[in-house]
Amino acid sequence: MLNILEIIIPSAIFFAAPLIFTALGGVFSERSGVVNIGLEGLMVIGAFTGVVFNLTFADQFGQFTPWLAMLVAMVVASIFSLMHAVAAISLRADQVVSGVAINFLALGLSLFLVKMWYGKGQTDQVQVGFDKIDIPILSKIPVIGPILFSNGYLPSYLAIVLAFVVWYIIYKTPFGLRLRAVGEHPMAADTMGINVAKMRYIAVMLSGALAGIGGSIYATIISRDFSHATISGQGFMALAAMIFGKWHPLGAMGAALFFGFAQSLSIVGQAIPFLKNVPTVYLLILPYALTILALTGFIGRADAPKALGTPYVKGKR
Amino acid sequence: MSENRLTNILVPVFAVILGIIAGAIVMIVSGYDPIAGYSALLYGAFGDRYYIGETIRQVTPYILAGLAVAFAFRTGLFNIGVEGQLIVGWLAAVWVGVAFELPKVIHLPLAIFAAAAAGALWGFIPGFLKARFRVHEVIVTIMMNYIALYVSNAVIRSVLSDQGFKSEKIHPSASLRSEFLQSLTDYSTLHYGIIISLIAAVVMWFLLEKTTTGYELRAVGFNQHASHYAGMNVNRNIILAMVISGAFAGIAGAMEGLGTFENVSVKAGFTGVGFDGIAVALLGGNNAFGIILAAVLFGALKVGALEMPSAADVPTELVDIVIALIIFFVASSYLIRLVLTRFKKEGK
Repeated sequence: MLNILEIIIPSAIFFAAPLIFTALGGVFSERSGVVNIGLEGLMVIGAFTGVVFNLTFADQFGQFTPWLAMLVAMVVASIFSLMHAVAAISLRADQVVSGVAINFLALGLSLFLVKMWYGKGQTDQVQVGFDKIDIPILSKIPVIGPILFSNGYLPSYLAIVLAFVVWYIIYKTPFGLRLRAVGEHPMAADTMGINVAKMRYIAVMLSGALAGIGGSIYATIISRDFSHATISGQGFMALAAMIFGKWHPLGAMGAALFFGFAQSLSIVGQAIPFLKNVPTVYLLILPYALTILALTGFIGRADAPKALGTPYVKGKR
Repeated sequence: MSENRLTNILVPVFAVILGIIAGAIVMIVSGYDPIAGYSALLYGAFGDRYYIGETIRQVTPYILAGLAVAFAFRTGLFNIGVEGQLIVGWLAAVWVGVAFELPKVIHLPLAIFAAAAAGALWGFIPGFLKARFRVHEVIVTIMMNYIALYVSNAVIRSVLSDQGFKSEKIHPSASLRSEFLQSLTDYSTLHYGIIISLIAAVVMWFLLEKTTTGYELRAVGFNQHASHYAGMNVNRNIILAMVISGAFAGIAGAMEGLGTFENVSVKAGFTGVGFDGIAVALLGGNNAFGIILAAVLFGALKVGALEMPSAADVPTELVDIVIALIIFFVASSYLIRLVLTRFKKEGK
């Protein structure tokens, strides 16, 4: 049993990390009242930027390359998310439609550039990845040490820490209070002197930044190259994690860990005796089916921020 | 009123023009020749009989996917699940096409009906959850897309083949292919599906504009509360809209399964047709005739793009960028409307 956990838990955390980052991005955006279906596309941009940066600069920066690639991906994706922000906030576009456009554009643009720069449909393999580490002290704890804190990737642990940071920001700081106010009742927030548009712009760009990180670590750790199929649904799964987690940072993290668990089961499940006979299709559809169930209210009612999806027009009642 | 209608026509036209200009700018910035690129595109879409055949073949599922998205839109619902409904429709059509041997007059309609029913079922679930539990249909349909993808792959592997990657070819009695259309278009993959999709467009127009049911569906789309007070059953209409929308999407899948490919294979990712349907519906103003025009445009772009790498060295993805920008401009129509009203004011 312990052996099985030692296979499953680390790989669950490993698969969950990109989802956690992206889902936290989703929390920011949706808490401010802007639907972000474009998370998928923002992850694509992050993955693309991360891989291209890594391939181009691996010689110069050595071991720091994946970290720098992550930062660059963060910046590029957050700039890219500005398009969604402008359309959804300033131009009062349908936020779902604008998100769909972001997804199309991200994939089209990044593949266009890949073909232009590499002359083929996918990039080469990334050579410099993140190192696996044992967390000092914690990994020495008997039983849970080897399962939770050994032989993992640092970004995975960062993702979990970040969830707590985001929770603190959203629930314990004035910024977080304003963010939530803007998403629940923008007119009231406006009356109190909060700049609704500015808050929403910041939130959408934060979601872009975090989805960019998510995409880049997914590409660096899991797929190791970039092609049309690198990001195929992780963004939507992060969206699902956010909803499943009831728009709460810690909930989103928990849901993302669970989805990572389901994903890792579908991959390493073949090595586990009692799961060998379960067809993988059940494990593959599990996260999606659970999200639908969660929304239906079987796992406690999930309520979206009140003003989600509605553009705020000053002076309109 | 007429001025409003004019704006409604001008917005998509401007969006397309802006999208094409933006595509040209992308090509110039990337060091490609936009004129060579776009002429290759045009030639690849309409250059000779073969290309025209291929374009019409591509337009076929686009019309149906566009109708599916639009039908839900008109009832105030956003069906992102057209992709998944299309996949299950494709699967069901091929299943019927492979499993039975019947005379063509029964077999072909039966296969198409199976596709419509499968799509309708896939649309019913989000419709029901919306009506009964107020669950937002966007999220449910996204989730249903993935479930459709994985379930259909599993069925193809374990039921329609022996752990293989594609089903057998459907029996000729269920095929939409036609020697006549193929010889007419220099052996393209053109099939009779285009007729079905045009009929579907007429059906949608008639259903929405000329029947009581359609009136109710549209009323619910405009204002749920008002329709409720007027004595309409809002929940029933929501479910109905999703079911009909899903059926259109399922038939779009049948076009691929019975016409273009004549089988169904394991998919690594989505076909994209369902998502392109969103673009088609938006650009077509959610109106049957507009959808046909928009489908022709996007079909031509997609098929023409295949000619671009060899003739002008431009990657095919340029077209995806153009399509994305067109959706973007349609979505941000507030901007275009603003500019248009400015111009009108200055004209006066």
